[in-house]
Amino acid sequence: MSDREHSSDGLAVEHHFENADQQYQSAKLGMWVFLATEILFFGGLFVAYAVYRANHPEVFVFGHHFLDKNLGALNTVILICSSLTAAWAVRAAQLKQIGMLKLMILLTMLCAFGFMGVKAIEYNGKWKHGLLWAGQYDPHVEDHGEVSHDVIGEEIPENAHVEVVTEERVVETSPAQPAADADRSAIAPAAEGPAGLAAPGSAEAEEAGFEIEPANAQIYFSIYFLMTGLHGIHVLGGIGAFVWLLLCARRGYFDGGHFTRVDMVALYWHLVDLIWIYLFLLLYLID
Amino acid sequence: MSDHNSSGAHVATVKLLLIVWVALMVGTWLTVSASNIDLGFLNIWVGLAIATAKALLVGLYYMHLRWDKPFNSFVFLGAFFFLFLFIGFAMMDSAHYQPDLIPGYSPGMGD
Amino acid sequence: MAEEISAPGGDAPVDHTASDDNYLTHGKGILSWLFTLDHKRIGVMYLVAILSSFFLGGVFALVLRTELWTPGQTIMTADTYNKMFTLHGAVMIFLFIIPGIPATLGNFVLPLMLGAKDVALPRLNLASFWLWLTGATFAVVSIVVGAIDTGWTFYTPYSTTTNTAVVSMTLGAFILGFSSIFTGLNFIVTIHKMRPEGMTWFRMPLFLWGIYSTAIIQVLATPVLGITLLLLIAERTLGVGIFDPSLGGDPVLFQHFFWFYSHPAVYIMILPAMAIMSELISVFSGKHIFGYKFIAWSSIAIALLSFLVWGHHMFTSGQSGLMNMIFSALTFSVAIPSAVKVFNWLATMYKGSIRLAAPMLYALSFLFLFAIGGLTGLFLGSLSTDIHLHDTYFVVAHFHYVMFGGTVIAFLGGIHYWWPKMFGRMYSERWAQVSAFLIFVGFNLTFFTQFVMGSHGMPRRYYNYLERFTAYHQASTVGSFVLALGFFIMAGYLLHSLVGGEKAPANPWGGATLEWETTSPPAYYNFKHDMQAGDPYDLDALQWDPQTKGYVRKDPRSVLLSAGEAS
Repeated sequence: MSDREHSSDGLAVEHHFENADQQYQSAKLGMWVFLATEILFFGGLFVAYAVYRANHPEVFVFGHHFLDKNLGALNTVILICSSLTAAWAVRAAQLKQIGMLKLMILLTMLCAFGFMGVKAIEYNGKWKHGLLWAGQYDPHVEDHGEVSHDVIGEEIPENAHVEVVTEERVVETSPAQPAADADRSAIAPAAEGPAGLAAPGSAEAEEAGFEIEPANAQIYFSIYFLMTGLHGIHVLGGIGAFVWLLLCARRGYFDGGHFTRVDMVALYWHLVDLIWIYLFLLLYLID
Repeated sequence: MSDHNSSGAHVATVKLLLIVWVALMVGTWLTVSASNIDLGFLNIWVGLAIATAKALLVGLYYMHLRWDKPFNSFVFLGAFFFLFLFIGFAMMDSAHYQPDLIPGYSPGMGD
Repeated sequence: MAEEISAPGGDAPVDHTASDDNYLTHGKGILSWLFTLDHKRIGVMYLVAILSSFFLGGVFALVLRTELWTPGQTIMTADTYNKMFTLHGAVMIFLFIIPGIPATLGNFVLPLMLGAKDVALPRLNLASFWLWLTGATFAVVSIVVGAIDTGWTFYTPYSTTTNTAVVSMTLGAFILGFSSIFTGLNFIVTIHKMRPEGMTWFRMPLFLWGIYSTAIIQVLATPVLGITLLLLIAERTLGVGIFDPSLGGDPVLFQHFFWFYSHPAVYIMILPAMAIMSELISVFSGKHIFGYKFIAWSSIAIALLSFLVWGHHMFTSGQSGLMNMIFSALTFSVAIPSAVKVFNWLATMYKGSIRLAAPMLYALSFLFLFAIGGLTGLFLGSLSTDIHLHDTYFVVAHFHYVMFGGTVIAFLGGIHYWWPKMFGRMYSERWAQVSAFLIFVGFNLTFFTQFVMGSHGMPRRYYNYLERFTAYHQASTVGSFVLALGFFIMAGYLLHSLVGGEKAPANPWGGATLEWETTSPPAYYNFKHDMQAGDPYDLDALQWDPQTKGYVRKDPRSVLLSAGEAS
């Protein structure tokens, strides 16, 4: 479609640009403007978070117990490593180190898959316990009598009192009931958490500092799934972009030192990391 | 010290990449540790400060803003300005009408 | 004062002859259009698409105005009526006026004004167009499978519970939003990076300042619309409960989200119109624009201030008293830069030699109609009067005066101004005058009565109304059909010009911006030579050439001499 000229060092310049530098700077500015739009796109969810947390801090304090800090920190570490490898990939492309470039792209993708894997584990745990967004919020323990230690991050102490699902659950899942409702607080806490929930009123519950589930606790999970879900979609998009880069590398596209594409994808990827840094703080590290 | 590539764009050294990586790891450890200490209302601000420091490192060094045209940074920071505007006004409004809705509904607003 | 005036295009001779090989004929077949990277072809495709959307939105308007001929049922049920006004709004806003001027005239003219071969990111430009098509498809699907009745504003909780095709329409609007974002992104990069030698920021045509300011808003505000619509879709499909009180959500928060975009969006609509105005007023007054820097900075000011006032749409929503007052006060500030522009245009016309060609008729209409629209905005921005006027026909009249009387009128002026350049043909000036007159009269008849009945208490979006409003409604309906007639005639003479119109010279109007330095229509590569920037409003450098029936550059030496005499 556009006839490409090549400057002396192999960089292809499109016909409507005067020179390679104008082309590169245009791509860069374009990508930064796009990142600005992403800030505002995610920003809406941060606004929802801020408003709800300011109005109902008790919901957030309660909800975050069901997130495993360690898994969150692991994911943070994974993404930071992936930022390192992505930045290194740009360097490799700039220096025409194609082998190193391919390695760094693969490592970045590995990290991205690792991140999604941890996410899958977390999401699965939530789904098993019905800790989903508001419309599907249906907290329950697994209904075999055994206590499972296999659910990562949600350590259930040996002595936790597991209530088998009863008909009382029907009342309990109506979200509009205020926390002060006596019937509700007498029901065993639906969701298990790292604090080691036991039947309320029992000594273990007091020691474990278990709070009674506040009204509208499900909003926390709505926000959690919206924010991490949207972020996850962006991670998947990033994986796709890195696959594309790998294919380009194999075709020899970067042999001449034309690294702009790697630079652009890496910028996007760093933004994905940046957003996670804030998500980790705001969703997992509440106290 | 810094390698050169033909287009003249800045190339990050391996040393720099790794130093920033270490700093980010330290920051992560710091923020997790800080969350285990009860600092009251300060917790969130300490956390945000550390997160922002990490973001600055990623932005300046990994995303090359340190060596880029300043306008790119201006574009990026400009977006945050409008985001804070949005958050600020929405929270201000919420703070003022929530207590009027249902008494005791909004403990976070001192109700 | 006698600065050296470099003729744009350097000393190379300007090609005035309309070439048979131009961008329209270069490459044949529908695929060469659908897969084109040429900004001119993309602009033309957008023009067809957007004017079709205008027609569709207009049909909905005529239908609902017909229903309102009498109180109670006239030709449809109340439920159908709700769908008609919703679709009129949604189609006009998301498919027509938001992409509107930037996608059509912006795409076509921007690179030409920069002496460039294309926008910075041509593939992204094509992607924007395909996104528009995709979004429009979803919107049409929504219309076909039962439409929506929420009002174009999709307020919760009704929009999350109503049994109509909300998801497909919001998905369409979501996709259209990305089309808008990418267009804005492209224009920002192009204006920053592809100005020619000598064209500093303050030597750019004011049309580009307007397009640039619009792009800033497109890029910053539209993502928030995106997340808002996404949340609405999530609420309807998954039940996330963010806006649903029974699940702990907050419906007023939806309004904050929605208006954070939708208020700046109205400036996406008006800024390009104002951008066109600066060009038209200057050229058709035969005078250098007055107050260039004021007009340029006022565009940026409008773009930035537009983000501070969204709450004035929410005065009666339950928004806190404090925010009501803050937003009302801030709303007054955004009127100031608009007024600055109007005064500068008037000063430009003062002692100019006014030519009442069709583009100028539209420019003059704009001045009158936008003034009314803008001033009535102040009534609505005042907290106390808004409590009375909110959700009445006063609001409907206000926004039609600014969006239609402002944006559409300026859009029509721009189409008539750049038509010869785009298609290489002149249209019938006589029929253009008839059409402009009908549109002006029809518009005022349709909408002025609405101010009156609105302030007397006629609510908006109401199917039924009190007997005493009948005369106003009927006048309004008659006006709408006069408008339709005006547009019908316009379609006639414009289409006719494509086959039977006189061939256009390179510069039929005497503009000094770079697009007039190339053939009408331009070759696919735009310019034969590298262009150099001059003063975009140096109209004295041009003179009428009876042979080509267009304007040509005077001998540069004689221009320098006369400038020396003047100082």
